[in-house]
Amino acid sequence: MPAVLLLLLALPLAAALICLCSPVAVGRVVTALSGTASFAAVLVLVPAAARHDVSYLHVLRVDALSAVFMLATGFLYAAVAVYSIGYLSGDGAGHPPGRRTRLLWAGLNLFAWAMLAAPMASNLALLWVAIEVTTIVSALLVAIEDTDGAAEAAWKYVLLASTGLGLALLATIFAYYAGAHVLGQSYDLGFTQLLSVAGRLPHTAVRLMFVLAVLGFGTKMGLVPVHTWLPDAHSEAPTPVSALLSGSLLAVSFYAILRFYQVTQVALGPAFPRNVLLVFGVASLVLSMLYLFGQRDVKRLLAYSSVEHMGILAVGVSFGAPAALAGVLLHVLGHAAAKGNAFMGAGALVRKLGTKQIMAIRGGLDLLPASGPLFLLAVFALGAMPPFGLFRSEFEIVAGGLRSGSYAAAAVLIIAVTIAFAGLAGSVTRMLMLPLSRPSLSRPQAHPERTLVPAHAAAVAGAPAADPASAAPQITRVTGVTAPGPARGEPSAWMVVPVAAGTLALLWLGLHPPAVLDELFARAITLLGGGAS
Amino acid sequence: MSGIVAAPVLASTVLASTGLASTVAAPSALAGGASVIAVGVLLAEFGMFRQALLRDQVRLYAVQSGLLSVLCIVVAATRHLPDVYALAALSFALKVVIVPVVLRRMLRGIGAIGGDPRWSDIAGSHALSVASAVLIAIVVAAFGFFTAAALGLRSPVLPATALSISVAVILVAFVLMIVRRDVISQAIGFLSLENGVSLTALVVAAGLPLILEIAFLFDLLVVAVVFGLLIRVHHGRADSLSTAELTSLKG
Repeated sequence: MPAVLLLLLALPLAAALICLCSPVAVGRVVTALSGTASFAAVLVLVPAAARHDVSYLHVLRVDALSAVFMLATGFLYAAVAVYSIGYLSGDGAGHPPGRRTRLLWAGLNLFAWAMLAAPMASNLALLWVAIEVTTIVSALLVAIEDTDGAAEAAWKYVLLASTGLGLALLATIFAYYAGAHVLGQSYDLGFTQLLSVAGRLPHTAVRLMFVLAVLGFGTKMGLVPVHTWLPDAHSEAPTPVSALLSGSLLAVSFYAILRFYQVTQVALGPAFPRNVLLVFGVASLVLSMLYLFGQRDVKRLLAYSSVEHMGILAVGVSFGAPAALAGVLLHVLGHAAAKGNAFMGAGALVRKLGTKQIMAIRGGLDLLPASGPLFLLAVFALGAMPPFGLFRSEFEIVAGGLRSGSYAAAAVLIIAVTIAFAGLAGSVTRMLMLPLSRPSLSRPQAHPERTLVPAHAAAVAGAPAADPASAAPQITRVTGVTAPGPARGEPSAWMVVPVAAGTLALLWLGLHPPAVLDELFARAITLLGGGAS
Repeated sequence: MSGIVAAPVLASTVLASTGLASTVAAPSALAGGASVIAVGVLLAEFGMFRQALLRDQVRLYAVQSGLLSVLCIVVAATRHLPDVYALAALSFALKVVIVPVVLRRMLRGIGAIGGDPRWSDIAGSHALSVASAVLIAIVVAAFGFFTAAALGLRSPVLPATALSISVAVILVAFVLMIVRRDVISQAIGFLSLENGVSLTALVVAAGLPLILEIAFLFDLLVVAVVFGLLIRVHHGRADSLSTAELTSLKG
């Protein structure tokens, strides 16, 4: 089993190197293979992690909790790698030209590598380093589209996230201080060691450590009020990067917080860490719910939805009941699939119409016969509609909250989720269902990103829908007779397959999660102290 | 200039509370020396509020990092921790030499006025006047100083005052990043925040395995390079080092 860990470390890194020094055509095949192979490796790892911890040389260690987050990252890595074949080929709008495309492919692999490595780290210092690497790589990926917006978003992101991680480093150092207090100077921040003596750690240091960790890693996770980089980075990054940022990176940061939570709740009892998470979680829920109304940029809309879901995770952990914790873990998986799908669907729309402005995107269901409905389903899944996995997870979280007596927080959760769904669904249904007004005149458009251009003008930019570089079958049929608007049809089948797979996964999680997940969750819940309450 | 004027006031506050922290007895030579170096780190942080040139800002960061390396050597010599010598050497090589050199190489010619690279001007980037900024920073530093002292964390290698000062450095670095609206000061603000964290680490975690310290330092180098790259990107698009234009993304 340790071989699988090494494979997961080597594969994306090798793929990144190959992408750097070979043509784009090779790079995208290698990335897709690496993505699917990594996902397969994680699938092999999951049943093992459900039974026992897998470790290698005291450096790598995967337990049930890590496996959950690796599963989310592995799935999204595979989905995004396949999606990008369609998204980054041809001369369609929305991806950087020439040499940068190669860097983007390499960056995607490197980003996935760091996110897979973080949950495998067996000590808090390596965990911190891995998460810092994700920041560095993703900041460069945000900047890769050479626009004013991308430069601004990347600067804000790298500054805020690095500063947050500075605080997280301080938390790591206080973890060392606390551990060395009991274990002596030979202590190396090993996680199991720290946990085994957690009951004897000095309280002040642990308290400081936990608050700094939540604030520091919370910056990367997008908890209000330290979320401000998130909508900018998510909206300005290329769509495959946005999907990874939102579905996977935020979860990996949450994983780091959970590790500190594990130690803190043994050292101080559950009340303190739960209250801290409750405050941040409720703030995230309430604020993002308000921001979901009146958004003008479709990717910002989805970014605020991510803030909302991170709030749900934090509130869920603060409930502490086993049912709520099971819900939280399922939510991590469901959110990765649903938010990945939503970003990929939005990416197809943006590519088709050449604009991110919600007001300018119309007729999505007409134009995209497959991506349109799948996007709608992804948004329903994000809003916790019944057949999907997020309904099950949010139901479990609320049930756990009621069982643990947190009636007020559970009520806030239900209300906020409902209002947020209204905000999200309102904008998305308008984009998909309202007809695209067929223009009588067309003029060359200038800046689809910056200004609120009329739909028809923007549509001209998105017109080259056919994708000569891809071998995928084309479904191109012109509906309008005289209109110069975009043709009906998918830009590329590569952009549909992963979204369809994600939808199936969401249905599977919602209707009948496999038994191995139950085992995995049960073990992870014990780690999080779910049995104690 | 007000940063310099304010410094003695702050230093005397710091020294007064050093006396309080170690009850009635005068601090030992080591404790006194260590606290003086730590105060030097804090003063360098205050100096960053008024630097007007890219080059000087980077240089001040190197000075601050150098003070930190000196403190490492003091700790290593007096507490017989051979690892910390290596840490001091590495930290000196990286933060005093490599990072400043890399930053200045990458930013050569950026923001130059009239082609003279010495005048990479960041003087006008204050959101507040220097005096107000320093006053706010003093209040924040005092808050951090006394709060950290109240936590009662004890360290076997350095006096608790050094811990309090490190917390003050971290908080002042935040103020710096907030009140200076140019990419250089913000980047240096982050790097000096990391110096503050290193100071904390030296006080409470001097025994941290060297391999982890190396990982942190290497990471810092990569971050510095990425900051340099993004500063170039920013300058290439905005044709200035100011962040005042970075307001198009909101809501």
